[in-house]
Amino acid sequence: MKDILQELERRREAARLGGGQKRIDAQHAKGKLTARERIELLLDEGSFEEFDMFVTHRCTDFGMEKSRPSGDGVVTGWGTINGRMVYVFSQDFTVFGGSLSETHAQKICKIMDMAVQNGAPVIGLNDSGGARIQEGVASLAGYAEVFQRNIMASGVVPQISVIMGPCAGGAVYSPAMTDFIFMVKDTSYMFVTGPDVVKTVTNEVVTAEELGGAATHTKKSSVADGAFENDVEALAEIRRLVDFLPLNNREKPPVRPFFDDPERIEPSLDTLVPDNPNQPYDMKELILKVADEGDFFEIQAEFAKNIITGFIRLEGRTVGVVGNQPMVLAGCLDIDSSRKAARFVRFCDAFEIPILTFVDVPGFLPGTAQEYGGVIKHGAKLLFAYGEATVPKVTVITRKAYGGAYDVMASKHLRGDFNYAWPSAEIAVMGAKGAVEILYRSELDDAEKIAARTKEYEERFANPFVAAERGFIDEVIMPHSTRKRVCRAFASLRGKSLQNPWKKHDNIPL
Amino acid sequence: MFQKILIANRGEIACRVIRTARKMGIATVAVYSDADRNALHVQMADEAVHIGPPPASQSYIVIDNIMRAIRETGAQAVHPGYGFLSENPAFAEALAAEGVVFIGPPRGAIEAMGDKITSKKLAQEAGVNTVPGYMGLIADADEAVRISRQIGYPVMIKASAGGGGKGMRIAFNDEGAREGFQSSRNEAASSFGDDRIFIEKFITQPRHIEIQVLCDSHGNGVWLGERECSIQRRNQKVIEEAPSPFLDEDTRRAMGEQALALAQAVGYSSAGTVEFIVDGERNFYFLEMNTRLQVEHPVTELITGIDLVEQMIRIAAGETLPFAQEDIRLNGWAIESRVYAEDPYRNFLPSTGRLSRYRPPAEVATEAYVVRNDTGVYEGGEISMFYDPMIAKLCTWAPDRAHAIEAMRTALDAFEIEGIGHNLPFLSAVMDHPRFVAGEITTAFIEEEYPEGFSGVDLPEELLRRVVAACVAMYRVAEIRRARISGRMDNHERKVGTEWVVSAQGEDFPVTIEADPDGATIRFEGGRRMRVESDWTPGKPLAILDVDERPLVMKVSRIPGGFRVRLRGADLKVHVRTPRQAELAALMPEKQPPDTSKLLLCPMPGLIVKVDVAEGDEVQEGQPLCTVEAMKMENILRAERRGVVAKINAAPGDSLGVDEVIMEFE
Repeated sequence: MKDILQELERRREAARLGGGQKRIDAQHAKGKLTARERIELLLDEGSFEEFDMFVTHRCTDFGMEKSRPSGDGVVTGWGTINGRMVYVFSQDFTVFGGSLSETHAQKICKIMDMAVQNGAPVIGLNDSGGARIQEGVASLAGYAEVFQRNIMASGVVPQISVIMGPCAGGAVYSPAMTDFIFMVKDTSYMFVTGPDVVKTVTNEVVTAEELGGAATHTKKSSVADGAFENDVEALAEIRRLVDFLPLNNREKPPVRPFFDDPERIEPSLDTLVPDNPNQPYDMKELILKVADEGDFFEIQAEFAKNIITGFIRLEGRTVGVVGNQPMVLAGCLDIDSSRKAARFVRFCDAFEIPILTFVDVPGFLPGTAQEYGGVIKHGAKLLFAYGEATVPKVTVITRKAYGGAYDVMASKHLRGDFNYAWPSAEIAVMGAKGAVEILYRSELDDAEKIAARTKEYEERFANPFVAAERGFIDEVIMPHSTRKRVCRAFASLRGKSLQNPWKKHDNIPL
Repeated sequence: MFQKILIANRGEIACRVIRTARKMGIATVAVYSDADRNALHVQMADEAVHIGPPPASQSYIVIDNIMRAIRETGAQAVHPGYGFLSENPAFAEALAAEGVVFIGPPRGAIEAMGDKITSKKLAQEAGVNTVPGYMGLIADADEAVRISRQIGYPVMIKASAGGGGKGMRIAFNDEGAREGFQSSRNEAASSFGDDRIFIEKFITQPRHIEIQVLCDSHGNGVWLGERECSIQRRNQKVIEEAPSPFLDEDTRRAMGEQALALAQAVGYSSAGTVEFIVDGERNFYFLEMNTRLQVEHPVTELITGIDLVEQMIRIAAGETLPFAQEDIRLNGWAIESRVYAEDPYRNFLPSTGRLSRYRPPAEVATEAYVVRNDTGVYEGGEISMFYDPMIAKLCTWAPDRAHAIEAMRTALDAFEIEGIGHNLPFLSAVMDHPRFVAGEITTAFIEEEYPEGFSGVDLPEELLRRVVAACVAMYRVAEIRRARISGRMDNHERKVGTEWVVSAQGEDFPVTIEADPDGATIRFEGGRRMRVESDWTPGKPLAILDVDERPLVMKVSRIPGGFRVRLRGADLKVHVRTPRQAELAALMPEKQPPDTSKLLLCPMPGLIVKVDVAEGDEVQEGQPLCTVEAMKMENILRAERRGVVAKINAAPGDSLGVDEVIMEFE
């Protein structure tokens, strides 16, 4: 019997070595951790339960039958993050470069099926050279099986991808369909076709880093939601993100003990909005001062900075925040910011995370680039996302809410539950100058008259009271009491129940 | 006594005067420019009058505007604070013409002391030591040697028209004087077209020490000890203290008596300051007299218990000084740190913007120590570019210098300022500097000790260990809270461990922690134990702890896997990891900060308004590259060296954050 037990230990040890010590050392030399080391950092100490440690590939072409390492290039299983269950797969670059075989894919599919069935998030740690070419179409089939499961799991359990090495070709489409993609700076890249193919086809000379590194995907393409300095930092921050998320779409977001008075008053917010209506201010200060303990997990911080998205907690409960950022492009909506915020709002709605919206928006960005780029349909995405969302929605207008952008930004008319405005709010079709130029076109030559008209318009509309008179604003609140008011609003909405009419699915303008 | 006074100033000094006036039951009138509409002094005063646009030249120093405010409000007297109109005889005259009392010295004294040459002459006449020197024309090198001998070496040989060190020589003997005279004269002739030369005593190891005097209008006067203001940066005082760690009782009395003699010689009344330069042998020489309340007056107030502003008001109202020289007792030690909105890491570049956080340490007054903070700003207020960048004067008092320094260290650590650059880390660093601690300072202290500017400090080993102990205890609290999240798997909860490895300042500290209801005990390798007690909870930006039975105050914020910790002039990342996490973290490559020598970085958050060059252009040193608008100010960024523009990443209209890359060079 003892021998038999020893045999298990021997096999386990062999499996844990993956592609062998030399390849492990090579992985470390690149500044990367191994698949198992990453899982250790992601999960609570000692909580990982592995599946399919002894799975091997079945390929017999190109001499593959001679090398059949246990685990087949991916480590899968489940464990806990702060005691909450998550499923995880971690590709092992030391085994065939982490390439995806039929059996490798089957291992991933197994834990994805379990995650959906048992209601827990899936976290994928990607580090793979791509398809296992020796397996041909079997490998491609494997990808597609994973894709199908990504699609079925979408909106059922949170799916998080961390790109920690190469992720190229068809492999990119699995992360692409998950809820969040994070990358590790300098050691990860993602692209559909690599620099060599790019050179052959388009004659562009580009490095892998320029084509698909963390900077490219967090700043330019918006494929990635964030990037971290190294593996250790990335995995610590994924743990922090998971603490914000519900385990599945049937559960409420988690609640955590908190050390911040929900009635905390912030006198400094009374001076946040500058006297000069054209002077910017930092909306992030408001977010940080409203949030529990000033803790904010920002999503897509480097992309479309004219809108801010991310998670905070109020009274220990997760809230998704969307805020126009007057510091960038005056906080206007455009293609990028609409897409960014729309996707965030839909994630929150899918997982019952209440949404807090801070509005200071002068309108949509004008220009041919925007129109040719389809700002109509992209802007509609955000409008659609807010309108279909059934989670608690609280909105605070701090300054400008002009034109169609006012409607879009979680207005009362889109089933906003609490729509607050600061006394500095201006809710109007447009700024006074533009409005007067249209309304009094015949008087445009007379500067004095126009100035008087502008003043008249400002006095009438540059305040929250016209909207409040109609009930579009539920209450005008003091900036210093924003945290208290918003906390109480969400507290009152904990029992909110709202259903959209039955449909197979909606047809959001993609 | 006056019923209502106007304060013709802004910022902390306006607030300071208002406080005393209120204590005396006098109503106050503030004046403000457009930029100060929401300023603290406006909020504190009983009335406030708008006096013009932001630049002081169009508001605070426009005599007519102040006079209008006086007429509108019926103020009977005016306190000018310091700077602005405080030493302007025309203002004193304008007030006199309308029968309004100037809370300051008589006009004649202001005028007499306002002129360098007159004041020096008056000082000499009053028996005050002045720097020995020869003002007349010097014919040749022989005469130069003769004069130098009379003065006594070392001497400074200077071009009359000189400036910026040009045409200046220091001579230690006859030979040096002869050579120095020749070369100075040649240099002066070629640089300034004026070869006149003068010689004066060269002061070695100079210290700036000044005497506070207080005189009434009935011929009574006292001197209130000295203030040492040697810690200066480019003639801007940074740290002051009273008394001076350098003076002995005899020197102090001699300086005090000379200062008072000068004040009385010019018929002085009100508070005034006689500045001296003191050399390494305690020889002191008159520099100038400031006929106003000094910025650093609080340290004198703290060691004398006299409210100088109150005395100024009483004297202006014609009262007699309530004390004589023999009543004056100097008690304990006081230090003042000037908190400036200047970024010490960027060569003390003035910083403007919104104070997103401003929490000065609590003001305390006990037998053991005093913390006083004179400030003119508040959280959510704006630091504008129009005025002096000083935002607060943090003062501590204790029975002796060592304790006053210690109180200052803790007070600086507890001072929270965010949103703008500030010199708190630099002030902390000076408080820990061995030369400052020993009192061995001169006016060249900052130049000598920080020749390359300030780049932060490393914590000494013992303090670092206390920080490590504090961070483990805090991290444990934060992790236990995290493990209490809802939705946990019953019976399979995460257990927060007791063994940790803390990385800080390039060192790893393996520790174990044992918690109990009152705190925790941290054991280091080798057996050293430290007790940590604190009511810190996650998210608190200021951690006030008791570590190893001594208080420890630090600013903390969360970073992945640890804290950013700021104290004592240090700004460090402290990572707290399990032994296994530490083992894996050690495999992570150390990333070198990118080489920025070939990049033009945006120095401040702002809007690109103009790009002056194109890709491929060759640029010369000093050539404008682009213009960034920040705080409504246009800043022209220039090439630091010759180069070729390789890539331009920003276009007009882009708003960039600090350190974003504007362009790259080949």
